Amino acid sequence: MTAEPFPLAEIAHGRSGDKGNHANIAVLAYTPAGFAWLKEHLTAEVVRRYFESLEPSRVVRYEAANLLGLNFVLYDVLAGGASRSLRTDTQGKTLALALLRMSLPRPENFAAMTRPQPEVVA
Amino acid sequence: MTMERRTRDHLGDGQAMKPLRIGNGCGFWGDNLDAPRELAEKGALDYLTLEYLAELTLSILALQRQRNAEAGYATDFLDVLQSLVPLLKDQPHLKIVTNAGGMNPAGCGARARAVLDQAGLKDRSVAIVAGDDLMPRLDALMAAGCLFANLDTGEPLSAVRSRVVSANAYLGARPLVDGLRQGASVIVTGRVADASLTLAPAVHELGWKWDDWDRLACGTAAGHLIECGAQATGGLWCNWREAGDLAHVGYPIAQIETDGSFLLTKPAGTGGAVNRETVSEQLLYEVGDPAAYLTPDVVADFTTIQLTERGRDVVHLANTHGKPATDSYKVSIAYRDGYGASGTLVIAGPSAVAKARRCGEIVLERLRRAGASPQHAHVEVLGAGECVPGAALVDPPEVVLRVAVRDDRRAVVERFTKELAPLVTSGPPGVTGYTTGRPVVREVFAYWPSLVPKDAVAPEVRVMSRFASKVP
Repeated sequence: MTAEPFPLAEIAHGRSGDKGNHANIAVLAYTPAGFAWLKEHLTAEVVRRYFESLEPSRVVRYEAANLLGLNFVLYDVLAGGASRSLRTDTQGKTLALALLRMSLPRPENFAAMTRPQPEVVA
Repeated sequence: MTMERRTRDHLGDGQAMKPLRIGNGCGFWGDNLDAPRELAEKGALDYLTLEYLAELTLSILALQRQRNAEAGYATDFLDVLQSLVPLLKDQPHLKIVTNAGGMNPAGCGARARAVLDQAGLKDRSVAIVAGDDLMPRLDALMAAGCLFANLDTGEPLSAVRSRVVSANAYLGARPLVDGLRQGASVIVTGRVADASLTLAPAVHELGWKWDDWDRLACGTAAGHLIECGAQATGGLWCNWREAGDLAHVGYPIAQIETDGSFLLTKPAGTGGAVNRETVSEQLLYEVGDPAAYLTPDVVADFTTIQLTERGRDVVHLANTHGKPATDSYKVSIAYRDGYGASGTLVIAGPSAVAKARRCGEIVLERLRRAGASPQHAHVEVLGAGECVPGAALVDPPEVVLRVAVRDDRRAVVERFTKELAPLVTSGPPGVTGYTTGRPVVREVFAYWPSLVPKDAVAPEVRVMSRFASKVP
């Protein structure tokens, strides 16, 4: 564990959306090595602290290993939800992008976690 | 060239049943109006589904219906149906399943019937599915002991009963299957779980049983993946640069086998992408526990799914496990919650962020002086990282100031709508972008999620007689 930090987006992609006044953020690792590392480091508590300004009442983390995915549910984070919230992003659509900007300490096997070059299909 | 699916009725003995192709051409009310026609044209579909109802759409439709007994459904659907007429003539076996009925499935069905009659498609029958609307029976159900406790807070509905405008149970696939069994070519429903729009044709055509939980879970996964339209085919994808031509994005198709496994794909020659990443992102979209995705039909476990890329824009999904459905329907209740408005101004630099913040404060100060302080107010400086938390702070050349308020008193919100424009002359320099007029006051509806026992709800299916000129 050394060297410069990296943004989560280099080892994972994701998507977020709303459920009433709650939001979910799916974080999907690009490789099994990245998934193993995220399971250890991207805890519900880390995510709760990252979004502290949005005042989630609690954060629950679920695993979907078949998708190399972690699914975070952020409770009461949408300031009233789709209809009542006064924010621009009433449905939490930007939250995944925000989380993917998170800066993390670079692990030694970082190269095994980045996105494989997509195959160009003719 | 228009492709047509042959009828599914004439299969030789011992032949494996042909897979069922279901495409979804609409992910919400407001989606691309050309997508359903383009999907049906190129998709070689057996079924076209169209999804129109977001969580609070029904509260808006309920008010429309209060003002006009013939309104209260997603009017876009009638334009879409009209656009599909030539294809329906070419593809006599194509069926349509939609929740466009909203608060008035009978009214929507009657208008759909009229569109088909006018087009000479009198042989296609329309079935309506209703019974989801609990409003007429709400007090009786409450008197009988159904508290409609808020799923988040536990509070009983009596706390806001006088302000309730709509209460709808999410029905499952069963009444839709009844309609299909009665020969309907078009099914128009009110509130139905989105995934059930896809599961119903699968159950009907592939002969699945109502306690075959694994297959029901497979069909539910397929429905969940396609219900948001292009979100499964490249829309919202993090690696959007690789998504091909999103201006001509293809809408999703689930090709479902009898055993429940399915291919997710899109019509050839369209933009977008279907791959492990796009499908995985959408599989977890708006999901809580991925091992327990609840619908009225089944509890589906998405963590058992085996997902494999099978070539360009084709992903194979198998092995979705299911458990018995719960004994309640989810109920979506909306109640009045005051008034709101929001407006924007563009603020140019230097010091754009500081000036925008000061402008926001000025608006709220002036409201206070006028005795019209809103109960809830929010100032955002868009471009300074206030929409997406966690973004790096920079000094942008310009920002958008957005001020939003909410209050029980309409007059307070009205007053707010008059406080943005004055900043163009009385604020710091660089305030502009005031071209769209004063913000509009809107009624605010709050969302109250709840449950109702299944045996307290009676789904209704009615096949509308051919040549019907009005609702029977």
